[in-house]
Amino acid sequence: MSQKTYREAIRDALREEMLRDELVLIMGEEVGVWGGTYAVTRGFYGEFGGKRILDTPIAEEAIIGAAVGAAMGGLRPVAELMTINFSLVAMDQIVNNVAKIHSMFGSQARVPLVIRTPAGWGQLAATHSQSFEAWFAHVPGLLVVMPATPYDAKGLLKAAIRSDNPVMFIEHARLYGVKGEVPDAEYTLPIGVSDVKRPGRDVTIVSYSRMLHVALGAAEELAKTGIECEVVDLRTLRPLDMAPVYDSVEKTHRALILEEDWTTCGMGAEIAARISRYRFDSLDVPVERMGQVEVPMPYAKNLEELMFPDEKSVAQKVMEMVA
Amino acid sequence: MASTSPSRVSVEEAAGINVTAEEALDWFRKMSLIRRFEERAEEAYGQGKIGGFLHLYIGEEAVAVGAMAALRPEDDVITHYRDHGYVLARGIEPGRVMAELYGKATGLSKGKGGSMHMADVRRHLWGGYAIVGGHIPVATGLALANQYRNLPQVVACFFGEGATNTGTFYAGLNLAAVWKLALIAIVENNRYGMGTAFERVSAVGDVYRKASAFDIPGVKIDGNDVLAVRDAVHRMAERSRAGGGPQLIEAMTYRFRGHSMGDPQRYRTREEVEEAKARDPIACWRRTVLENDLATEAELQKIRDEVEAEVEEAVQFAENSPAPDPSELYNDVLVSE
Repeated sequence: MSQKTYREAIRDALREEMLRDELVLIMGEEVGVWGGTYAVTRGFYGEFGGKRILDTPIAEEAIIGAAVGAAMGGLRPVAELMTINFSLVAMDQIVNNVAKIHSMFGSQARVPLVIRTPAGWGQLAATHSQSFEAWFAHVPGLLVVMPATPYDAKGLLKAAIRSDNPVMFIEHARLYGVKGEVPDAEYTLPIGVSDVKRPGRDVTIVSYSRMLHVALGAAEELAKTGIECEVVDLRTLRPLDMAPVYDSVEKTHRALILEEDWTTCGMGAEIAARISRYRFDSLDVPVERMGQVEVPMPYAKNLEELMFPDEKSVAQKVMEMVA
Repeated sequence: MASTSPSRVSVEEAAGINVTAEEALDWFRKMSLIRRFEERAEEAYGQGKIGGFLHLYIGEEAVAVGAMAALRPEDDVITHYRDHGYVLARGIEPGRVMAELYGKATGLSKGKGGSMHMADVRRHLWGGYAIVGGHIPVATGLALANQYRNLPQVVACFFGEGATNTGTFYAGLNLAAVWKLALIAIVENNRYGMGTAFERVSAVGDVYRKASAFDIPGVKIDGNDVLAVRDAVHRMAERSRAGGGPQLIEAMTYRFRGHSMGDPQRYRTREEVEEAKARDPIACWRRTVLENDLATEAELQKIRDEVEAEVEEAVQFAENSPAPDPSELYNDVLVSE
């Protein structure tokens, strides 16, 4: 085991897969000479050259469209969208081509493509601070992965690159510096498997990506007061692995879903619906959701800080649920 | 090197490209097949046997047939949604195409694509795409894969003039030009995007001039002349194959039918349509064939009879094929891993 940052874990996954399979190539804005806007692909241009590290124009529809064609044509592209906000420019490609080609041509073509893109915020105002994971998780034909830890990020990215299906691999800008244990030996993790990150008996907190860390922080604080939260990390948003959530709710009888997205039609809505449908009799209190305030992101720092649940507000909500 | 042989017409002296009687008849057969196939599809649509959209290619047959004649079997083809002509021109069994229109299990895409999504990947036909301009960057990617793998094939990307006003046209061809990919963009200019005349909505009326935005060659040709199409595509494809980067061809043609079924065609006059029909690509080619003694009237009639039978057989195949099994609903969404 080594201590690695989330960024390093992703970089290692990309590098290992590029060394393993020469059909893997990376394309996107600033992935080459610049070394990646978030420095994930630093050094790759020198190591792998311009044939495999393709700098593109700022044209997301061309990045994803070309990655689709390259994937159909036998390559295994990893396309980077600088931030998830820019995926909107490529939405037609993602929804109508990436997700549909295998189905609408009756399995004649495959699109083994990974789209890497970070969510995140930090005084970036309304158009550069969004979380669209639920939009992608809505679409049959896509796999959607959103890891929270270096270990999960590396193992899931390697699995995504090896998958014959298209994968939206959503990172988080505020996690790149987060450290965690990563095995030195080769490993992959299965896509579509949730993971219990902290066992507990009183309340189930379901989360993913950056909010998982908020959940774990709140759980740590609550433990000091004798309230034990079980924290389930979804890791993959499509397909959803609900089994660990159901098992947990059977034990705790309480579920809180914590997401960074707006809650209306967000991941939490889906998870709450499934818990209500399949573990209705286990629930002692209504399923709760916490997420972003439903306004466009303001620039001012003090206002931005009010946008998301934090450890304190999560702990408060849990205490209300067990009261 | 003007040809004097009655069985050959010299079409490009410098390159010495000629058309043989065999080719001439093959093109006549394929254009006639597309025409008759679509007339029967139109009938079937009227009988409620084909649903959804049905965008007919009637009047534009010379573009698909001429282009496919110029391309090699391993060259990649990707198209827009008015796509029946391309698959038939590539020699795919009409029965499987008709079965796809009927939504049958024996269709090219097992009945999951329909009229707008015809594909036969084994024959390098990467499918019809129905968001205007959306497949142009995908063509760029196919060409990137060929370049990356050192494969000699070119990608032929077909779309209508309407697509040249989209962002994906610009973004896709720009990237293809930057990477010097073997891609030929074949723009079928049938003058209307649905019911809107091109000159009403495009700042530049000549599509071929838009090639200058990418600093690539662009030519305008008579898209109703199958030989002109074959020659232009051949020339552009060979230039592209030899490392010349992307090329653009604007093939002037005309759609005799409405945009899709149920188009009242208020945007053009009957006279305009009749005038265009006077330049019917099949009639024109028939005349050329006869004038150059490439075939006799009887031989052409025999081909038409054979095409009639072939289309009838395709219809029967579609009629007699089973609908997809209900269990198929859940298949093909993801690759099983």
